[in-house]
Amino acid sequence: MFAVFNLIPFNAVLPPLAAVSLWYAVPLIVSVSLVCAATRHEELGPILNHAVRFGAWIVVFMAVVMAVLWLMGKLV
Amino acid sequence: MSVSRGWKPTVRIVLSNKFEKMAKVLIPDAAGSDAPGDAVVIELKQPWLAGILAWAIPGLGHIYQGRTGKGLLFFICILGTFIYGLYLGGGKVVYAAVPWEQQFRWQYFCQLGVGLPATPMLVQRQRMLRDEPLLWNGFMAPPRNGPVDWKDDSGHMSKQPNELAKWTVELHPFFEIGTVYTVIAGLLNVLVICDAVAGPLIIKPQTKKENEAAKSTKPDGSS
Repeated sequence: MFAVFNLIPFNAVLPPLAAVSLWYAVPLIVSVSLVCAATRHEELGPILNHAVRFGAWIVVFMAVVMAVLWLMGKLV
Repeated sequence: MSVSRGWKPTVRIVLSNKFEKMAKVLIPDAAGSDAPGDAVVIELKQPWLAGILAWAIPGLGHIYQGRTGKGLLFFICILGTFIYGLYLGGGKVVYAAVPWEQQFRWQYFCQLGVGLPATPMLVQRQRMLRDEPLLWNGFMAPPRNGPVDWKDDSGHMSKQPNELAKWTVELHPFFEIGTVYTVIAGLLNVLVICDAVAGPLIIKPQTKKENEAAKSTKPDGSS
């Protein structure tokens, strides 16, 4: 499961994240995904499963919004 | 025995005696089976009292109902988010605005969702309205109106139009980030209150078989 982290080019990703204070989104994503998942299930397994999927969904959504904003900045 | 079907769990309120209300919720198990033998039964002790407790302290309603694991998860996640947001915002991001002093602060309604940890702002607001001295060194107090001096990192002095403007400049961008944290913590606790009152919201899409069965069943229940 953690092998996926090897695919992330940290040297390229970390400075832009720090530049826009996006690190502050990480605790929020963890908290929101865990709480939302826990309000939809009662057992730990499904809660964690749902939280991981929901967290990934939020990250992808944020990435898409960032890409759109970056593109708009380039075009305008 | 009632079994959850489709998009919402079946909630059955059982009145065991005059004073005690117990709601039972049956939800599908981890494998998605909602057969009577597989379904998870949750006993929601005193749902409305649990809802009030869940508002007062996030997670307390679940602990009261004996759902300790979830209660602790909510307590840590929501209070952690709220306190971290408060810390980022220098303790100034949670306040209830005084109508003629500051502009309307809608975030206050969301922050109030956290319950008792956010109520000092109401005390401070009342004290400011009555022109009494603020408590706790001005913690969660609304910003005062009127120009204030502010010295930036380079030592340059400037005059800000009011205390809110000073906080925004002084803490930027943490005033905004802290506000977002505390607002989201309050909104998350609304979900937790609903969970304490009515049990988990199960999102279980109906299978093709169930859809066909529902179509073939007439509204009066006969097939």
